[in-house]
This record gives sequence, structure tokens and C-alpha cells, in this order.
Amino acid sequence: MFLFRYRGGEGMLAWAFHRISGLAIWVFILLHVFDIWLASVNPVLYDELLVVYASAPGRVGEALLGAALLFHALNGLRIIIIDFWPSLSRYHRLIWRLNWIVFFLVGLPVAWIILRPIWEGVPQ
Amino acid sequence: MSVSGGRRARPQGGGFELAVWYLMRLTGLALFVLALSHFMITHVLYDPAEQTAEWILTERWANVAIRTVDWLMLSAVTFHAFMGVRTIVGDYTRGGLRTLITMALYLAGFVVFAMGTFALVSVPNVLPR
Repeated sequence: MFLFRYRGGEGMLAWAFHRISGLAIWVFILLHVFDIWLASVNPVLYDELLVVYASAPGRVGEALLGAALLFHALNGLRIIIIDFWPSLSRYHRLIWRLNWIVFFLVGLPVAWIILRPIWEGVPQ
Repeated sequence: MSVSGGRRARPQGGGFELAVWYLMRLTGLALFVLALSHFMITHVLYDPAEQTAEWILTERWANVAIRTVDWLMLSAVTFHAFMGVRTIVGDYTRGGLRTLITMALYLAGFVVFAMGTFALVSVPNVLPR
């Protein structure tokens, strides 16, 4: 597939994941700006959309969005570090692993908090 | 350079592309703080179920400082997201099609920015309480 044609190893994976997560976030931004515009022009319709966001499938989507956002943010930071301090590319494997450690340390508890209402009921 | 991945080589010779290159990193850094904290506030501190339109308009956005930060985030994300997709389009298309899609992206980016700005400034009770 065209996304995985680029060399190999961590660099290629990072590049492909950055692209996929970025595109996914862009799609959500389109939806998100539309929904917040809706909140100002038609609050009733917005609240109906909110029910979808707060539903079980909506929460799975939000957890996936959070994963895309967190990966894109951490990997973006890594790109900035390597771009402006090229000497640090000696440690690129270490930085890449640190990315994933932070990703799971932060991401798993957040995903749990987002998904919990599915089995515990919606907090009010 | 396969080591950094996702990285574009810094454009040579200055001009528009170099400015975009720097702005992608600058807005990316801003969004690291703004977008991640926004996500944490809306999904961890609060639950989506409790953030109704009325609550957003009368509670969260009653604070002009919060609306200002949200507008800065909107500005950064519009640039970063649409210029990012432009990079992808540039990689997989060429010629007239690339120009057409790029122009459509600029137009869509403007519409998104306008809609977000409209939502932020049209909140009733503009003065802080």
C-alpha cells in the first residue's frame, strides 16, 4: 500500500501513523466546527447530536479520536525535536519508544474514563 | 531521512513554503498544549453528556478568556489541519488536479474558520458577568 512504501522501520511507521491520525483528526475538526456552529444557531439540534456523542459508539469514537490526537501530538513533538536538534537523531529509537510509553501511560487511563459510562451508566 | 518520519525536509530558498514549514511547527506546538488540554477538559474533567448547548453558551463561554483561547485554538487548528491535508494532496496528485484540490482546501478552511468564529462571537451576553 502506498502508505507503507516508504523505506521501513520506525521512521516509516511514524510517517504513516502521523498521516493517518492527522487525516482522521482533520475529518473530526470538520464535524466538530460544524457541531459547535450548530450549538450557536440551533441549540436543540446540537443537543440531539450530543446524544450521539455520549452514546456507546460515540464514546468508542471519542477514545479513538483521543488516541489519534495523542499519537499525533507526541509524534509531532518528536518531529520538532529531530528537526531543530538533528544531533538528537542518534537517539531516535529511544525517543520513538518514549513516545509509546507516554502514549499508553496517558492514553489508557483517559480511554477508561471516556468508556466507563458505557457499563456504569452516564454520569449526571 | 527515514529516522524522523512524518518530517518534511526543510524547504530551501525561503518564501511561502518555508514560512508554512515553520508555521506548521509553531501551530503544532501551540496545539500540543491547546488541543490536548481541550480534549482533557471536555472528556476527562467533564463528560460529553453534561455539555449541552445551553451549558456551553451560558457557562463555559460566559468567560471571555476561555472564548479567546478557543479562538486561538481555532486559528491554529484551521491552519495546521488544512495545510497538513494540503501536504498529503501534494504528495498524491499533480498538475491541474492538485491546484483544484488545493484551492478547494483553502476555501473549505476559510469556511471552517468563519463558522467557528461565528459560533464564538455570536454567543449572547458577550460581556463577562
